[in-house]
Amino acid sequence: MPTRILIPSGVLCLGFDRDALARGVAAKPDLIAIDGGSTDSGPWSLGAGQSKYARSVTKSEWRELMLARATAGVPLVIGTAGTCGADACVDWMYDITLELAAELGQSLRITRLYSGQTAAIVTDALHAGRIKPLHPAPDISAETLSQMNNIVALAGAEQIQAALNTGADIIIAGRTTDTAIIAALPLMRGDHAGAAWHGAKVAECGALCSTNPTSGVIMVDFDDAGFTVEPLATGAACTPHSVSAHMLYENSDPFILYEPGGHLDVTGTQYHALDATRVRATGSKWVPGPYTIKLEGARAAGYQTTLLAVLRDAHYVSNAALWVEKLGAFLIALITKRMGLDPATYDLDFRLIGANATLGAMENRTGTPVEVGVLLIITAPTQAIASEIGKLANPHLLHYPLTVGEELPTFAFPYSPAGTDRGALYEFALNHVMHLDDPMQAFSLVTTQVSP
Amino acid sequence: MTQVDVIAQKVRSKNAGPFWVTIDVFCGNSAAFDQLRGALDTGAIAALYQQPVTALKRFDITDLNVIKFSFPRPVVQGNSKDRDMHGAAWATLLAEYQV
Repeated sequence: MPTRILIPSGVLCLGFDRDALARGVAAKPDLIAIDGGSTDSGPWSLGAGQSKYARSVTKSEWRELMLARATAGVPLVIGTAGTCGADACVDWMYDITLELAAELGQSLRITRLYSGQTAAIVTDALHAGRIKPLHPAPDISAETLSQMNNIVALAGAEQIQAALNTGADIIIAGRTTDTAIIAALPLMRGDHAGAAWHGAKVAECGALCSTNPTSGVIMVDFDDAGFTVEPLATGAACTPHSVSAHMLYENSDPFILYEPGGHLDVTGTQYHALDATRVRATGSKWVPGPYTIKLEGARAAGYQTTLLAVLRDAHYVSNAALWVEKLGAFLIALITKRMGLDPATYDLDFRLIGANATLGAMENRTGTPVEVGVLLIITAPTQAIASEIGKLANPHLLHYPLTVGEELPTFAFPYSPAGTDRGALYEFALNHVMHLDDPMQAFSLVTTQVSP
Repeated sequence: MTQVDVIAQKVRSKNAGPFWVTIDVFCGNSAAFDQLRGALDTGAIAALYQQPVTALKRFDITDLNVIKFSFPRPVVQGNSKDRDMHGAAWATLLAEYQV
């Protein structure tokens, strides 16, 4: 059965064209799907179990989508709620939804899909040989798993379908693959499986598959042979090139995409321009495989304090690398002397902004910048130690002389206090898949009915 | 010698998940594609990124006039030694590479 999915934008909080969204609603979609996050911004969200986006923006955009859903009379699905899809983020999104339901006077059936995994479940699976590393994967053990602040499993189409089967008006899903929230309904209705996954991949970043990437709203029609994608903002167009090129984006392999229960192969896909803005694709293949789900986990790997000094004196600018080398050695000796800390227990990392802060040892250009920012990143086992090292370093970062006997230099500090406590440094500590016998084995659904 | 970004339309890079980085060279037309396809030696690109050549996956995509390189991030995204959270600046090395 042909299925029409409306995708307001690549992620909630990125903004969308209101008129285009209204056109999409008027076109009678079968479902509205939007992504709520990804690992894109780094491990902090998953480690802390918090959204990286502003609650006010989330609520404001979600209000518009809840109104669009009410007009369209079809399910509204958000995947990877709250940036990382941890259980706490699902609950955060649910609270926002409840507030809006009350403010808008909407009666709703809301289903939450939880993707969070306990260390015990994953450890049991590890011991049972049901966890396989992807390449490259950090080593894991019962001990490292117990250190994770959050572990999530990426839900696929089956778990979204189970949520749809609850009759929900709104589905707030924890971590899912970016594509699953779009592919689930067409797959459920018997549309072409390769097309369902491929169309979902093309549309998951919103208008990024079009010639106007910031315009947001995309609509995809799925059927038993292929899919047709159309951007809804005025002036935006999908072309065979813009659509096929989207498989390159954030994908290490531009032809293959792994999903729970198989993979998509677009090697033989044919793309045709239907008109100036719409593209039809056929020939995408779905290749069934073992039912595995990808795991993501983040754990604290220390605590950080940062300091920033700016060198403007030309002599120091041209000798910045030597200066931080000498200052670093001086600080390590001082930390040993005054704090009694073993250098192996903490890290001082100087980044020379204006020289090679971005690329480090790979940098192959040199030049004479006007100034050099010296960012000192301190990583230590506790925030108290990181902060204490920051205070110890502070006067020396301000005054450390390049040569003995010269008049004491003073560098520019942009603010006071010079040290900034950053809190926990989280790291991604899983790149593994877990085998399941039943797709719902690692996930749970909670459905509630709310009335104004 | 010419810089790659003088010949190509665009060079971009991005993480492909926290453990990989991928670099796309959009050549723009088949003449540029053919020129860069020959000029961009996989070993030299691996050396540019200080990676063993066996770590690089390379895709020459004729239909799109795109050359794509993917390899495991030497520092996992967000670890204490990461300098570029999104991997977007890695493209500059290839864009400025002389062929």
